[in-house]
This record gives sequence, structure tokens and C-alpha cells, in this order.
Amino acid sequence: MRKLGLGIVFYGAVALLVAIVLLPFLWMLLSSLKTQVDIVAWPPKFVFSPTVQNYYKVFEEQDFIRYFINSTVVAFFAVGVSLLLGLPAAYSIARFSQRRLALVILLARLMPGISFLMPWYIIFSRLGLMDTYVALVLSHVLIALPIVVWIMSSYFETIPIELEESAMVDGASRNYIFLKIILPLSGPGIITATTLAFIFSWNNFLFSQVLSMEKTRTLPIAVFNFLSYADIDWGGVMAASVTIMAPALILTMVFQRYVVSGLTMGAVKG
Amino acid sequence: MNQNSYTDSSIRWIYPLPAILFVALLMVFPVLYTTYISLTNWTLTSGAAPSFVGLNNYAQVLVEPRFLQALWRTMVFTVSAVAVEAVLGVAAALLLNRAFVGRSVVKLLLLLPLVATPVAVGIVFNLFYDPTIGLANYVLESLGLPPSSWISGAGTVLFSLVVVDVWQWTPMITLIVLAGLAALSDEPAEAARIDGASEWQIIRLITIPMVMPVIVTAVILRLIDALKTFDIIFAMTGGGPGYASETLNLIGYKYSFEYFRMGQAAVILVVLFLVVLACSVGITRLNKRTAA
Repeated sequence: MRKLGLGIVFYGAVALLVAIVLLPFLWMLLSSLKTQVDIVAWPPKFVFSPTVQNYYKVFEEQDFIRYFINSTVVAFFAVGVSLLLGLPAAYSIARFSQRRLALVILLARLMPGISFLMPWYIIFSRLGLMDTYVALVLSHVLIALPIVVWIMSSYFETIPIELEESAMVDGASRNYIFLKIILPLSGPGIITATTLAFIFSWNNFLFSQVLSMEKTRTLPIAVFNFLSYADIDWGGVMAASVTIMAPALILTMVFQRYVVSGLTMGAVKG
Repeated sequence: MNQNSYTDSSIRWIYPLPAILFVALLMVFPVLYTTYISLTNWTLTSGAAPSFVGLNNYAQVLVEPRFLQALWRTMVFTVSAVAVEAVLGVAAALLLNRAFVGRSVVKLLLLLPLVATPVAVGIVFNLFYDPTIGLANYVLESLGLPPSSWISGAGTVLFSLVVVDVWQWTPMITLIVLAGLAALSDEPAEAARIDGASEWQIIRLITIPMVMPVIVTAVILRLIDALKTFDIIFAMTGGGPGYASETLNLIGYKYSFEYFRMGQAAVILVVLFLVVLACSVGITRLNKRTAA
């Protein structure tokens, strides 16, 4: 009997936890399907006849397809460049225990982005690079690169060194070993790093807010700009919020295992 | 063969070189440049060439009430948010640290706030907090409590923002601590159980002390990130009402990109940078000590 009581308390607590985590997502989704009349109703409506009008507005009137493409292009190239720069660096850090080097690259993850942003703004303006993909991608590499280096250097350390030693005995060069033996074994690590780097670039607001204008505007800025109208169109804003969150949430669900390991690895390893 | 051994011995600097150059160019140089700007009277609005003014900007900004209040507010926001996150996060981890039906689903759900776009999260909470149509006041009303002004009141805005940070980032601590708990050995707890210790005693005297290094690391990681909180505050209040929710990051942004007083802005950025750097040095020190 006591066990049953404890079970009820336990599941009650878990249910409360889940409800708190889910509530903002559910409310966002529900509100995005409401008409303006239903949204401003008091008391708040939990049952209503849904409409897709808000999504129509977001994609037809607000050109969200272009912002969506901008966000995708910036994240795609930022992650690509980060892998090109970060994979060899992470390998070297792991194999030669270059702790100090790791720390410098990690600093980019810890430092407040705004302390690089003002000089970038000045320099990119002078170079005529404001509102270009080049400036945005460069800034987003600084988000993605530390993630790639951090995750991949830990991952490379788990690959047994005997593998490399026996290849070396067979006369293989380091380049050959890295490209043909290590990288093909690193799929899970690369998936983790790519997924997280993509999500953090996708979600970035500050860099794009300052460095992009009409031409290269990314989704977070577009969603934010929705708020600046005199009468807030809550249905439209919520549809826009669903649009921006959906890719990151779906990626996370698909790659759940990898995302968890990536987010928790540093702290647990110590 | 010769060529091979040449690349082999130099690989330790050839491989990381591109990444090092990139970080030097886009991080180290800008930080030095910001420090230089903080010593000039540069404003983008006047059009005059910047001239060197020594520590003048520091003398001005460091005593300005608006700056000092932002500094204090940053500390209050960071410490209160992370304290609540630590307590709730560890409690949730202890709750979930057992086999039960639906555990993997709960863990998946915990991930979602961490990857949700912060700007959009802020906007959704704005709808919650809306004084006339928001769910927050509806809940208060249902409980028979008077409505709150939430983010539109100078006295409640910081608390309301802390709630958002707590919602989004508590799961981070929970997941890290859960991973730490999974790596623990069961033996000490089992031995204590055999000796007749209660579950609460085991948690308090054995489990929590054993997982403490992981908790400390998680908390410091959160501290560093909370110090830099920008997106939700910018999206929800823009630092308002008045200056009531202006943190260092916000005030640095406004001085740079709204007032274009680059010299003074740079002072704020240097201070923010130093605060974060001090915390980061702390993290490596603590890591070393717990690892030893």
C-alpha cells in the first residue's frame, strides 16, 4: 500500500515536471492556430476552431521562406567551415594533448559575443561586408567552431591509439591515418558536433541582429521584427515562433542520443 | 617516405593552424581592438577622428549610476537564476534517476527547452505575461490572487525574466547531473542501505557528495552563460521598463549599436569580458582541483 502511494507521488511529480516543460511549446502551438479574436479572449480559450491563417500570413506576406533559406545557408556554411577547421585541430589536440590550445578555442565559447561584435561591425562596415553572407558565416563559425573542437577532441581521445600505431607500422602517413582511418570511425562524434553546431547557429540572434539587414536577414531577427508593429499580431508571431523552432526541435528528436551526449559530455568528463 | 616523415613531425602545428589563425583573427584581434577603442573618444555619430583619451572613458563610465545598476542587476539576475536552476535541476535529476516507464520520453522532453530558439522563447513568455490576455494573470486570478504587472513593472521585471531563464536552462543541469549519477558506482549506497540508512540519508550523505563535482561544473557553466544572457531580455523588455532590466550585455549593446558611443561602449564590453574571464578561470581551477 505504501509502495503504491509512493508510486502515485512519483508519477505525479514527473507529470508536473513534464507539464511545466511542455506548457510554453503547447501554448505557442495552440496560439499559432487561433484567430486574433480567440487569442485576445478572456478567460484564455483552450478549445477553439483552429485556423492556418497565421501560417499563411507568415509565409505569404512576410517572406519567411527567404529568411528560412538565409538561416539555412548561414548555418550550413558556418558548420561546414567549422568542420574543415575544427576536425584537424581537434585531432591534433587529442593526439598531442594540446590543452592550452584547446582552452584558447574554448574561450570563444565562453566569451560574450558582444565583445567581438563591435570591432566586427566597424571592420565589416569598412570592408563593405555588412549584410553579406560572408560576414554572417564568419561570425557564426565562431559559434560553431568551439562546439566542433570541444566535442571532437573528446571523441578522438576515445579511439584506441593502437589502431594508429599498427597503421603506422604498415607505413601509413598521419594524413592517411586521419583521413582514411580516424574520420571514418568518427561518425557518431561528427553527427553530435554537426547537430549541435547547426542548432546553435540557427538560434543565434545577436550576431545576425547587428551584421545582417534586409538582404541576409535570418529567422530570429524576422521573428523579433514581428513584435515591433504597433498592434502585436500574436497569432502571426506564434506561427513565426513555431516555424523557427520546428527544425531545431525535430533535429533534436531525431538525434536525441547525440544531442544529450554533446550537451553533457564536458561537465561529466571533468 | 621523406615527405611523409616531414608531414608527420609537423602535423601537430599544421593541423590546428587554420583554426588558430581563425580564432586569432576573429576573436583575439577584436578583443584587443575593443580594448584600444575603450581608450579613445570615438563616437560614430560625430564623424570626428578618434583621439586617444587614456582612461577618461573608464573614469566616466565606471561611476555612472546607470552602469553600476546594470552591473549589480547582472549579478542579481545571474545568481538568483542559477541558484534556482541548481536546486530544481538537482532535485529533478534525483527524481528521474531510477528506472520507470516513460523515462526516455521524459529525457527527450527535457532536451527541448535547451534547443528552443531563445528569442522565440522570450516572445512566447511575453504572451504569458501579457497583462490583459496572458495566461500568467489568468492563473493568479484562478487562485484568487491579484494580477501582477510581470515584465511591465519595474519591481517585477527581473523576477519575470529569471523565471524564463529557469524554465529554459534548468533541464541543462538536470541532464548533466543525470549523466553524472549514471557514472556513479552503486556500492556505497548499497552498503549504507544494508546498514539501515534511510533513502533520504543516502541521498543527502552519499549520492549528493559523490556527484558534487559534476554539480559544481554544471553550475559554473550555467553561471558563465547566465552572465551573458541577451536574447530573452532584449526580445522581452529591451532593458525596460526604463532601465529596470538592463544588464551589462544590454547596456553594452545599446551604447554600441543604438548610441554609437564606441569609446564608452568599449569600456562596458571590457568589463563584461573581464567578469566572464574571471568566471572562466574559476572553472578551470575548480576542474583541476576536483580532477586531482
